[in-house]
Amino acid sequence: MTRKLVLHYFNGRGRMESIRWLLAAAGVEFEEELFETREEFEKLIQGGTLMYEQVPIVEIDGMNLVQTRAILRYVAAKYGLYGRNPEEQAWIDMYVEGLRDLSDMIMFFPLSLPEEKDMNLEYILQRAKTRFFPVYEKALRDHGQAFLVGNRLSWADVQLLEVILMAEECEASVLSGFPLLQDFKVRISQIPTINRFLQPGSQRKPPLDEQSIGTAKDIFKFERGMFLKNMSTIVAEY
Amino acid sequence: MAGKPVLHYFDGRGRMEPIRWLLAAAGVEFEEKFLKTRDDLARLRNDGSLMFDQVPMVEIDGMKLVQTKAILNYIAAKYNLCGKDLKERALIDMYTEGVWDLEIMILYYPHMPPEEKEASLATIKDKARNRYFPAYEKVLKSHGQDYLVGNRLSRADVSLVELLYHMEEMDPGVIDNFPLLKALRTRVSNLPTVKKFLQPGSQRKPFDDAKCVESAKKIFS
Repeated sequence: MTRKLVLHYFNGRGRMESIRWLLAAAGVEFEEELFETREEFEKLIQGGTLMYEQVPIVEIDGMNLVQTRAILRYVAAKYGLYGRNPEEQAWIDMYVEGLRDLSDMIMFFPLSLPEEKDMNLEYILQRAKTRFFPVYEKALRDHGQAFLVGNRLSWADVQLLEVILMAEECEASVLSGFPLLQDFKVRISQIPTINRFLQPGSQRKPPLDEQSIGTAKDIFKFERGMFLKNMSTIVAEY
Repeated sequence: MAGKPVLHYFDGRGRMEPIRWLLAAAGVEFEEKFLKTRDDLARLRNDGSLMFDQVPMVEIDGMKLVQTKAILNYIAAKYNLCGKDLKERALIDMYTEGVWDLEIMILYYPHMPPEEKEASLATIKDKARNRYFPAYEKVLKSHGQDYLVGNRLSRADVSLVELLYHMEEMDPGVIDNFPLLKALRTRVSNLPTVKKFLQPGSQRKPFDDAKCVESAKKIFS
């Protein structure tokens, strides 16, 4: 019997983390094959399943799905987390795309040139507090509902919680000034599937440390310090 | 009857071009309001029309949609260019996302600092020839059908053909090594809606020239 759902990635968050979050929130069990070296990654490439020689890749329902958004959309739709009509889906898409812009900045931050770290961190926090978080605070305030879209849990809520927690790792008080987001964080964290995922021992990955940054750089051959180059577009080579 | 979609952007390709292509391929007439000055952008921001203070923004069906992907997803679903079920859509998404990874490099290229252009062009050419075009040629070869997914036109075909045209400008003759891609481009180009869009005088935008880049810089600085 074939394995149900297998994620292939390195042992870190990267672009796979949002997928782990969404599957976990949906209560879907999954396995992971985590490679640790460049050689292991190249073996995966040679296996021929990576359409663009890139990861993430998720084996799901007989498909070898690559491209983060393709995977997320499929999972969200399959497990009822993508709204109930095209309009709700559009709102969810706008919210998750906005969050992706912010989470990409945070994700690539550890790869900053040392002399640019402070500047980049300040930029990230300024964006979080002035461009992104106000949007979500306002959304919750405007409709007064517990969830971002359609009065029920969706991909947008899961992603927002993920990004809030990442931002708090950058600055613990980042949510001060956003009372509804603070409530939201508590409320969504208490959803049983999500709560389980937040416990130690789950498949959730920790932030990169010195060692895992080094590993990621070796595996993916990142160019040094190339991330906040284009302000709105992250150009990362891997 | 609902009005036509209205596209808000500067008068150039940028991130709006794939949206123009998709609407045109779907046979949807649309209007464009071009940002010309910083004040134009400020006005849109101040009246709350831009969720993240950014364009592209498309007014459609009573919504002010932002975020390129959100806009494209909505249009593709509305005009049945997403396949017949979730699995077909997953394949379409997988192909479309790959196209986008290369396309965004091309669309950004004119706006790059001059000293970075040479390296970027080399990367674009390399990726097209060695990663993306072979991948799509392989898909078409594997099933021998006229379109990438489900034997009918989808957003994946539209975005790929757009990419092929843009790549031809960057690397003339690049498509000659990929006969099935060439055939797809011809086939899609002959569809009445696409054919119309390819004519001079349509809303398709030319390569962002120096004047356009200068104008965009002023608006977005």
